[in-house]
Amino acid sequence: MRIYALAVYLFLYIPIGIIALFSFNAGRHASQFQGFSTQWYGKALSNPFVMDALTTSLTVALSSAVLATLFGTMAAMALQSVRGRLRLAFDALIYIAVMVPGIVIGIATLIALVTVFDWLNPILAAIWPLADAAPKLTLGYGSLIAAHGLFAMALVIIIVRARMAGMDRSLIEASADLGATPWGTFRQVTLPQIFPGILAGFLLAFTFSFDDFIIAFFVAGSQTTLPIYVFSSIRRGVTPEINAIGTMVLGVSLLLLVAAQAILQRGRKAG
Amino acid sequence: MESNLKPFSETQAAPIAELRGASKHYGAVVAAEGLNLAIRRGEFLSFLGPSGCGKTTALRMLAGFETPTSGDILLDGQRVNDVPPHQRPVNMVFQHYALFPHLTVAQNIGYGLRQRRPRPPETEIARAVDQALETVRMPGFGPRRIWEMSGGQQQRVALARAIVNQPKLLLLDEPMAALDKKLRREMQIELQTLQRQLGITFILVTHDQEEALSMSDRICIMRGGRIVQVGSPRELYDRPTTRYVADFVGKSNFFAGKVTKVAAGRTELAVAAGRQIAGVAPVDIAVGQTATASLRPEQIALSRETAGQTVPVEVINRIFLGEHTEYLVRNIDLGDFLVLVSRQAEASEGGFEPGDQAFASWTDGAALILSDD
Ligand SMILES: Nc1ncnc2c1ncn2[C@@H]1O[C@H](COP(=O)(O)OP(=O)(O)OP(=O)(O)O)[C@@H](O)[C@H]1O
Ligand SMILES: [Mg+2]
Repeated sequence: MRIYALAVYLFLYIPIGIIALFSFNAGRHASQFQGFSTQWYGKALSNPFVMDALTTSLTVALSSAVLATLFGTMAAMALQSVRGRLRLAFDALIYIAVMVPGIVIGIATLIALVTVFDWLNPILAAIWPLADAAPKLTLGYGSLIAAHGLFAMALVIIIVRARMAGMDRSLIEASADLGATPWGTFRQVTLPQIFPGILAGFLLAFTFSFDDFIIAFFVAGSQTTLPIYVFSSIRRGVTPEINAIGTMVLGVSLLLLVAAQAILQRGRKAG
Repeated sequence: MESNLKPFSETQAAPIAELRGASKHYGAVVAAEGLNLAIRRGEFLSFLGPSGCGKTTALRMLAGFETPTSGDILLDGQRVNDVPPHQRPVNMVFQHYALFPHLTVAQNIGYGLRQRRPRPPETEIARAVDQALETVRMPGFGPRRIWEMSGGQQQRVALARAIVNQPKLLLLDEPMAALDKKLRREMQIELQTLQRQLGITFILVTHDQEEALSMSDRICIMRGGRIVQVGSPRELYDRPTTRYVADFVGKSNFFAGKVTKVAAGRTELAVAAGRQIAGVAPVDIAVGQTATASLRPEQIALSRETAGQTVPVEVINRIFLGEHTEYLVRNIDLGDFLVLVSRQAEASEGGFEPGDQAFASWTDGAALILSDD
C-alpha cells in the first residue's frame, strides 16, 4: 500500500519537478542538465509575446475573480434565507457547476455565446444610431472574463457559505439588539466575520482563472492567455523558456492556494 | 428613541412593558400561548420554568426577535409588535454572550453607542465605556480581545455592553448557565446589586429555582407555553395556587385525595385510608374534585407524644443541615414525607434516630389544598 502510494505521488510530481529543474538549465536541451542558470527566466520575461499573454491572463484573472467574489458573496448571502426544496436545488446546481469537466463548460459556453452573438449582432447593427459600422459582439476578453467568473462564482459561493455556516447567528441578533440597522450589521459584523472566506474565495477564483487552459481555449477568441501561449509554443518543442514560464505559473498558483488556506485556517481560529 | 415622543404625564406606576395575550406558534408548535403580564418599572422579574416552556420565546418577543402570532407587546404603553429589534430601547444579554470576536472589549461595549444617530463623539463613547467597565468591576480591560478572557469576564463584558446603552429593559437569557457554581453565585449577587444601583428593569430567564428565588422581586412561573402564576418569591412559596408551583418553588410534601367538604376558609381532603387533611384552598375547588394537599416540611412538627391532630410515624432517615435537621418519616397510610426540625425544637424534644417511633403534627390551615394542574 505504501509503495503504491509512493508510486502515485512520484508519478504525479516527478514531471512537475523536472520542469522546475530544467527551467534552471544553462543549456537549451530539455533532456540533459548542463549547469544552473536563470537566463531562461530573463528570456521569458523579456519576450513581448509572453508579456502580452501574461497581461491578458492577469487582466482576465483579476476581473473574473472580482466579479466572482462580488456576485458569489451576494449569492451566498441570499441563499441564507432560502430553505427547503429550493435550497436543495440551488445547492445541487452549485456543486454540479464545480464538478462538470472544464471541457464541457468550454464547449457549452462557446456554443451558447456564438449562438447568442449570431442572434444579437444583426439586431445591434439594425438599431445602431451612428453612421459608422456597429460594434460586433465577438469572443475575447468579455467572454473569457464571463466564463471564468461564472465558474469561479460557484467556488466562492461554496467557500463563503461554509464560512457563514460556521458563524454564530446570535452575533447578528446581538448587533440588531444593540441598535444596528440591517446594513450596519452586515458592514460591522457579518462582513468582518465572513471576510476570510471572501478573501480565500477571491484567491481561489484568481488562481483558477490564471491556471485555466481548457475553458479559455474555447472562449478566448483571438486573445492569448499564458496557458494558451504555452500550449501553442509547445508545438514548436519544449524549450527551457517554456519550463520557466510553467514554473512561474506554478509558483504563483501555489503561493495563492497556500495563502487562501492560511487565511481560512486563521479565520477559523479567530472567528 | 420613541421615548422622546412620549408625554410627561406617564406615571411611575404605569408598567414599563406588557404582554397582552401574546402567543407565538411555530406551525403546530405552541411556544407561548396567551401570555398576560405587566412588567413594573425598575423591578427584577424572572421567568422560571422547565426546558421548552416558552421562557426564551417570551423574552425574544420583548426584544423583537419574534413577532407574536397574536396578541400585543407594549413598551412604555406603546404597541411595538412591528418595531424591529434595532429600534427597541431594550437590550439583551445572550446565553453564550454573543460578543463580537473581531472587536476588542472596548469596541464591543461601545458598539451600541456607535449605532446612535447622531453618533456621539468618540471621547464621550470612551468615557461611557470606561464607566461601564468600572461598573462591572473590570477597569482597564478595554484593549483586551474577547478570547483572552474567562467565561466570567466575558459575562461581565456582555453585561457592560448592554447596560452602557441604558435600556428600558435589560433581558437576560440564562446568563449564568455557562458558569460554574461558585462563580454563578458571585454573579447572581453582583447582578442583583447592579440592578438596584442602576434602577434598570431586569428580566431574567432561568430554570434554576434557587436563582430565581434569591434574585427576583417577582417570578413568573411558566409551563407548556403558559404563565401559571406570577408573584413575589414569598407569595409563590406561601400561596402557590397549583401543585405545580408548590413543587417548583421550594420543597413540599404532597398528598393526593378527593375534596370532601368545602367551608369558609377550610377545605377537607380525603387522602389514603380514610385519613383527612384539612387546609386552605387558595383557588376555589368543588366537592368531589381530585386535589392535592401540600405541606412544607418546616410546617410539620415531630414529637414523642401525641397531642391533638397527629399521625404516628417511623423515622426512616436523618440529614443534618446545620440550623435544621431534615427527617424522612413514614406513615402507614400517608407514605413517606419530609419534616424539617429546627435546632431549637430538637433541643426541647431531643433528637430522633432512624427507627424511632414519633408523631408528626401540623397546625390547622398549614396545609394548602391545590388543584392538580
Ligand atoms: N424557531 C422555532 N421553531 C420551532 N419551534 C420553536 C422555535 N423556537 C422555539 N420553539 C419551540 O417552542 C417551545 C418553547 O421554546 P423556548 O425556547 O421558548 O423554551 P425555553 O423555555 O426557553 O426552554 P429552555 O429552558 O430549554 O431554553 C419549545 O418547544 C421549542 O421547541
Ligand atoms: Mg431558552
